[in-house]
Amino acid sequence: MNNQRRQVLKGAGAAGALGVAMAAGLLKPSAVFAAEWNKAAFESKALADVLKAVGGAGAADSAQITVKAPDIAENGAVVPVEVTSALPGTESITIIGEKNGFPLVAQFDLMNGAQGFVSTRIKLGTTSNVRAMVKAGGKMYTAAKEVKVTIGGCGG
Amino acid sequence: MSTMKIRAAMKGDVAEVKCLMNHPMETGLRKDAKTGQVVPAHHITKVVATLAGKTVMDAQWGGGISKNPYLAFNVKGAKAGDKVTVTWEDNKGEKETADATIG
Repeated sequence: MNNQRRQVLKGAGAAGALGVAMAAGLLKPSAVFAAEWNKAAFESKALADVLKAVGGAGAADSAQITVKAPDIAENGAVVPVEVTSALPGTESITIIGEKNGFPLVAQFDLMNGAQGFVSTRIKLGTTSNVRAMVKAGGKMYTAAKEVKVTIGGCGG
Repeated sequence: MSTMKIRAAMKGDVAEVKCLMNHPMETGLRKDAKTGQVVPAHHITKVVATLAGKTVMDAQWGGGISKNPYLAFNVKGAKAGDKVTVTWEDNKGEKETADATIG
């Protein structure tokens, strides 16, 4: 297979798609990003402050939330985490690395048919709980799983 | 040209969307091993996904997401041929968009 030709074709496809997206107004930031980045929550270093900032203080434990992550992560820089919520009306999933320098990792708001599921890879500085907070029907629920880290992902 | 890779496929009545982004994801806490200087924060802050023009996921990220981020999510009610778009923006205002047609 002629590799160069394939690259050219791929490039043409991507440029075309970008043109369509621009024409549809999809690249206008105001149309894409609904909320301002929650700086206060993401830059909090204390877990209690993070929980407060995401409205998760006093969330009830729920067996309907599954946090799938390895028991032992050899490399804390790349820890696969999958959160599944079987709670009806799941609106958002928040992932927290409890002992990280900045505990709040990510918050996903889900709508228009998006299921209570996200899968990603996170950093863990040290052995810690990976906590998921789920907002469903206006209420906060939580579940956590401990991941043992042999080499931290946030050090220097 | 977009360096983001995105794939979308139907599994039953649910579309499975997977994407890989290129980004250093610096937290702002890491020190350079050689110079001892703190590496300034440079990470994705927002990710938005749309399906057939409707927003399905609106995410906010910190530097705790791994370098070259992987993200997967599922959307019910999608059908083959629908277009999925994923856009990210970082703390320096850089943006990238990629799309895929559900196969």
